[in-house]
Amino acid sequence: MGHEPMTQTNKPLAGTWARVRSFTRIRPVRYSSYALLGAVVAGLPFILGSNYLTRVAITCGIYIMLSLGLNIVVGFCGLLDLGYVAFYAIGAYTYAFLASPHFHVHWPWLAILPLCALVPAMAGVILGTPTLRLRGDYLAIVTLGFGEMIRLLLNNLDKVTNGPKGIANLDTVSLFGLKLGTPSRYYYLVLFFVLVFMAAIFRLGNSRMGRAWAAIREDEHAAKAMGLNTHSLKLRAFATGASFAGVAGLLFAGFQHFVSPESFTFGESVIIFCMITLGGMGSIPGAILGSVVLVVLPEVLRPVADYRYLLYGLLLIIVMTTRPQGLWPSKQRRRELTERSDL
Amino acid sequence: MQTLLQQITNGLVLGSLYALIALGYTMVYGLLQLFNFAHGDLFMAGAYAALFVLSAAGAASVGVGIALVGVMLLAFVVSAAGAGALGLATERFAYRPIANAPRMAALISVLGVSIVLENAVMLIAGRRNRTFPSLIPQGKVVLASVQITYTQIFIIAFSILLMVALLLFVNRTVFGMSIRAVAENRDAARLMGVDVFRVIQLVFLIGPALGGIAGVMFGMYYGTIFFTMGWTSGIKAFTAAVVGGIGSIQGAVLGGLMLGLLESIGAGYLPKLSFGLLGSEYRDIFAFVVLIAVLVFKPEGLLGARVSGKIKA
Repeated sequence: MGHEPMTQTNKPLAGTWARVRSFTRIRPVRYSSYALLGAVVAGLPFILGSNYLTRVAITCGIYIMLSLGLNIVVGFCGLLDLGYVAFYAIGAYTYAFLASPHFHVHWPWLAILPLCALVPAMAGVILGTPTLRLRGDYLAIVTLGFGEMIRLLLNNLDKVTNGPKGIANLDTVSLFGLKLGTPSRYYYLVLFFVLVFMAAIFRLGNSRMGRAWAAIREDEHAAKAMGLNTHSLKLRAFATGASFAGVAGLLFAGFQHFVSPESFTFGESVIIFCMITLGGMGSIPGAILGSVVLVVLPEVLRPVADYRYLLYGLLLIIVMTTRPQGLWPSKQRRRELTERSDL
Repeated sequence: MQTLLQQITNGLVLGSLYALIALGYTMVYGLLQLFNFAHGDLFMAGAYAALFVLSAAGAASVGVGIALVGVMLLAFVVSAAGAGALGLATERFAYRPIANAPRMAALISVLGVSIVLENAVMLIAGRRNRTFPSLIPQGKVVLASVQITYTQIFIIAFSILLMVALLLFVNRTVFGMSIRAVAENRDAARLMGVDVFRVIQLVFLIGPALGGIAGVMFGMYYGTIFFTMGWTSGIKAFTAAVVGGIGSIQGAVLGGLMLGLLESIGAGYLPKLSFGLLGSEYRDIFAFVVLIAVLVFKPEGLLGARVSGKIKA
């Protein structure tokens, strides 16, 4: 319905875009721009030169991980998970329990890492087993409820989680005897994980499982008829997404040296959701672009910080009603979202 | 025994409010299979609309008699009109442009509306809780050692009135018949000459209007309103709609009352039942536990057998 006017307004731009496109198709241009981008990313702490900006870059990295993870669940498999932040919280608190004076436990970071991926994944399986049989919008509300439940538990289980005060003085991350206390050192740790996640998600998307997820997203009944075990596949998407969030939580906790329930509100889920919606669901560059935009934008727009969520809400409405495929869509997803479905 | 009866009374009041909100969810869902995330915030916006008009009219301190009835009428009309208008706007700007797109797009779009409403109210009215005039003279009836305030009696009576009116509207009028027809089969209804989009608008008007009225009663009952109240109450009301069987009006009422009772009684006995481990601050978790349990064991809800095919994937 609403798509005819859109193509018209895009027309004056189309020529410019086509020229940019054909320019980037020239191989030397393409490879040298990749090389430049790689060099910038690799040298970012030195280019930025300030701890504050490096911290913003680290935050970007953490959100990129979160949106890549949510992208598996929402973008690849089409499961609307509105409580994604719960898994992020579980990962962060796992680190806080095992590496802080709170319980007087100080495990090595490398020993906590697998736990931070496993525990949220298990929580995802426990939550997903009964609920993934339900249709999409029910899943949305159940996951939303789960997110709130986790936050309420973190707030109220004072003896375990120290309640709203949170857990402070988390151990500084140290790897092979090297303390990653400064932002620029930590940046490289985060960068490493972002790259690993990108590679993983790229491989996943092109794998047999990734194609099965796309099939489920497009038509679950048809996927089932083709012999896919849709429930188990959805569970795996859910668990994979959860473990991504868990590792992001671990990095977040190690970065802040502090966790409290306040960091894991529904608002946070909404932000991550906005990131992948803005960037384009199911699209890896889209998720990255969305995260960078939505982390950097509030830093630039400090004076209107109060309007942040208002703008996010408007963003969701406007993107969905005018360009549901997002800024940098994946090709397949664009086709799906612009197709008419039956009333 | 006396505390139990008291909690049942409180639970019924709470349940009537949940039921009124749940009606909006269930009607939109029955028609569009869309979970209207914005509905809880429309309930909240209705309460704020009434508060603005009441404080502009200086109605916080009124006597009894005609003036009181006038003020109450004003509050309810303003909240119903305000929430209804916002509901129509939601339909127009967030739903209609993507009515034919996959449902996930609409779901995200109404989620956006919810966030916008919540933050707009926060920016306009401030973060702090606002006191809401009780509107009804303070006082109570003591029945078998159970104290029932006038406000509680009013809420229960008025809710019943509204629900009966809604049922009559849906089952006895031509508008109601067109709503049912569209819920049953949209294409067939269109072929029979029903203006489907008008019906959708109608539902986006009635549901939020009822929600807005519930918002005023929430304010009267608790004496304060806050911009996040649509959030928690909305989730609980949605749970109520699911428990009762989404798409069914009677189901929403039944689910609302059950959830209200469960929450009120459960919160009272929770510390005892869990040997002091869990305090009554866990009352908000009840709704979620009930929701997940119902979705696992009886996803079609108590009265929702008719729509069961639409629920499972």
